[in-house]
Amino acid sequence: MSRLPEAPASDPFDADRPLAMRCACGRDHAPGAHVGAIEDANAKLEASLVKALFPVDSVRRGFLRAVGANTARAAILSVLPLGALQAMAQDKGPLEKKDLKIGFIPITCATPLIMAHPLGFYQKQGLNVEVVKTAGWALIRDKMLNKEYDATHFLSPMPLAISMGAGANATPMNVAAIQNTNGQAITLANKHKDKRDPKLWKGFKFAVPFEYSMHNFLLRYYVAEAGLNPDTDIQIRVVPPAEMVANLRAGNIDGYLGPDPFNQRAVFEEVGFIHILTKEIWNGHPCCAFGTSSAFIQQNPNTFAALTRAVLTASAMAREAKNRELIAKVIAPAQYLNQPETVLTQVLTGRFADGLGNIRTVPDRIDFDPIPWQSMAVWMLTQMKRWGYVKGEVDYKQLAEKVFLITDARKRMKELGQTPPEGAYPKFTIMGRVFDPAKPDEYARSFAISKLAG
Amino acid sequence: MKKSLRLRSALLSLALFLAFLAVWQVATQSSGAAASQAGMTAEQIEYQKMLGKDPGQVKAAGFPTPAEIGATAWKHLSNPFYDNGPNDKGIAIQLAWSLGRVALGFLLACLVAVPLGFVIGMSPLLQKAFDPFIQVLKPISPLAWMPLALYTIKDSSTSGIFVIFICSVWPMLLNTAFGVASVKREWLAVASTLEVKPLRRAFRVILPAAAPTILTGMRISMGIAWLVIVAAEMLVGGTGIGYFVWNEWNNLSLTNVIFAILVIGVVGMLLDMAFAGLQRKVTYVE
Repeated sequence: MSRLPEAPASDPFDADRPLAMRCACGRDHAPGAHVGAIEDANAKLEASLVKALFPVDSVRRGFLRAVGANTARAAILSVLPLGALQAMAQDKGPLEKKDLKIGFIPITCATPLIMAHPLGFYQKQGLNVEVVKTAGWALIRDKMLNKEYDATHFLSPMPLAISMGAGANATPMNVAAIQNTNGQAITLANKHKDKRDPKLWKGFKFAVPFEYSMHNFLLRYYVAEAGLNPDTDIQIRVVPPAEMVANLRAGNIDGYLGPDPFNQRAVFEEVGFIHILTKEIWNGHPCCAFGTSSAFIQQNPNTFAALTRAVLTASAMAREAKNRELIAKVIAPAQYLNQPETVLTQVLTGRFADGLGNIRTVPDRIDFDPIPWQSMAVWMLTQMKRWGYVKGEVDYKQLAEKVFLITDARKRMKELGQTPPEGAYPKFTIMGRVFDPAKPDEYARSFAISKLAG
Repeated sequence: MKKSLRLRSALLSLALFLAFLAVWQVATQSSGAAASQAGMTAEQIEYQKMLGKDPGQVKAAGFPTPAEIGATAWKHLSNPFYDNGPNDKGIAIQLAWSLGRVALGFLLACLVAVPLGFVIGMSPLLQKAFDPFIQVLKPISPLAWMPLALYTIKDSSTSGIFVIFICSVWPMLLNTAFGVASVKREWLAVASTLEVKPLRRAFRVILPAAAPTILTGMRISMGIAWLVIVAAEMLVGGTGIGYFVWNEWNNLSLTNVIFAILVIGVVGMLLDMAFAGLQRKVTYVE
């Protein structure tokens, strides 16, 4: 059996190899030319990097002659993660790691990353993912820092806080996509049915799931707009979501701004009622996020891309109202949310009992818009600054751009054939007040009730 | 006479138990007055359904009855080995995880506490020197150790084992030291008259003499380890009977929580009985 010395495609008369017209890596070259093509792409990337560093060619030559080519390469590599960039440029390259552990808190916020498991979206990307239920947010943080989880369900302010070193050792974390928008509520105990005005809440005890959470920031924002100081006029405690209903029943707390299904669960248990949905505070606010450490992304760029695609596929499916009842069925069993299905259906479809005897229909009670707008990150930072969680100067924009990977998310959405919106810094309106992300420090200082005021 | 006492006490236990069940059943039985559908609008019916109450049917709310617990127990016990991925496993698998962690932590504690207790017990100087440390470390709650362990060990299941270790080490250490220190002077004097070498003296005289006290320490430690594991697993999650309790708390399912409490109690009793048996083996009459 004779074989051509350099087969352009694989040999059609070779019994031992599959007949491939294109390389297994998915790019448009013959299998035999794979190594060459990859090297070619890497060389191009290196060339464009050097070109960017030294736009004037005579300067580049002078620099190379002075330090030597190898030193120059090492110097450039030390400032730019060339390996990661090269892998990113080849996008659908081989997966670096296939067996992954993803942590989640059993709440409807995590719907996309949970449903991606039973619906096989991870598998479709060639990943073998284990989604692991976790007892609380502090544990999520610790297990991410310990590298027990490869990626996780975060509260969207957590990666910002961990990256800054607020409430943790500073470790760079990233948000790949927002999990859900809206979908939270303020729940009050039944005995407060006549106290619907927040001005009457002086001395109340409230629970939030974590300090660095949208829940905490939104609750503080809401009561401060009513003229109460959240640090002195009410008490805010950190209580894991699962324990909120039990505490409400026991009378340890007067209410909470918590994640669903626990608002609806309080109604179901007839211990509380839904005072307002958080969409009435800020329609379209982010809540939870899907993310991981920057180190993981650098070491496993292809895996990270595949993982993000899987979660984004789920988000797109979860956005469709017609899928919501099915999703409620899929995530209700004991290994995921472990909740009565009717509670989840009410949360996801937005047709729900409010605990006061009315049925309300709010289709966008929860939504799953995945875009990690960087202006959202800036808003969270302004609130951390406002309530004294971070002190000193904050470089809002730099941090937001480092942590919220909107460009990546867009790229993955395009790969899935979705059309992501443009821009990165849309303005938001929160309780009638417009937030301009271009002036974060002014905004943080514009509040009458704030730790910055004193 | 003795036999009849045992019989009578068993009968009394049974009677108490049945009375308790009866009171429980009566106290938790729902009134049975099912809300009738008549006179309700369609919206009201839908609202009731949203609260999980099928009109015309009684919602199984409030504190569960013994019958419900029995049904739940049967459901769990008839299929104890199922495995639905990392977040939902059968009760036997959960128990095995917990017992494994307890065994590991307890064994480590034994390895440290018994030799160290021996040394401390034999030397009054060391006893005085170690005392302040032991007194400070002993009363610390297991849950207080957890954040520290997670931070330094950087692994959640190892942290759980560490917490068991650190909490079960103290009773064993103190009891070993006490048992060794209170070996009768006469016996030691006899040993030295016979010119028994130190190592032989430790193993042939002191160890048998102190064994009942050491075993008492181990029994207390095992009780503590079993208390701690449930708390630790509720905190760290993943697997184990503590995780099971937490997961069912999440679902506000009191029936399952009560079932888990019963299981924890029974297993704890069995562990204690095992150590009591060991204790009887080493007890001697002077």
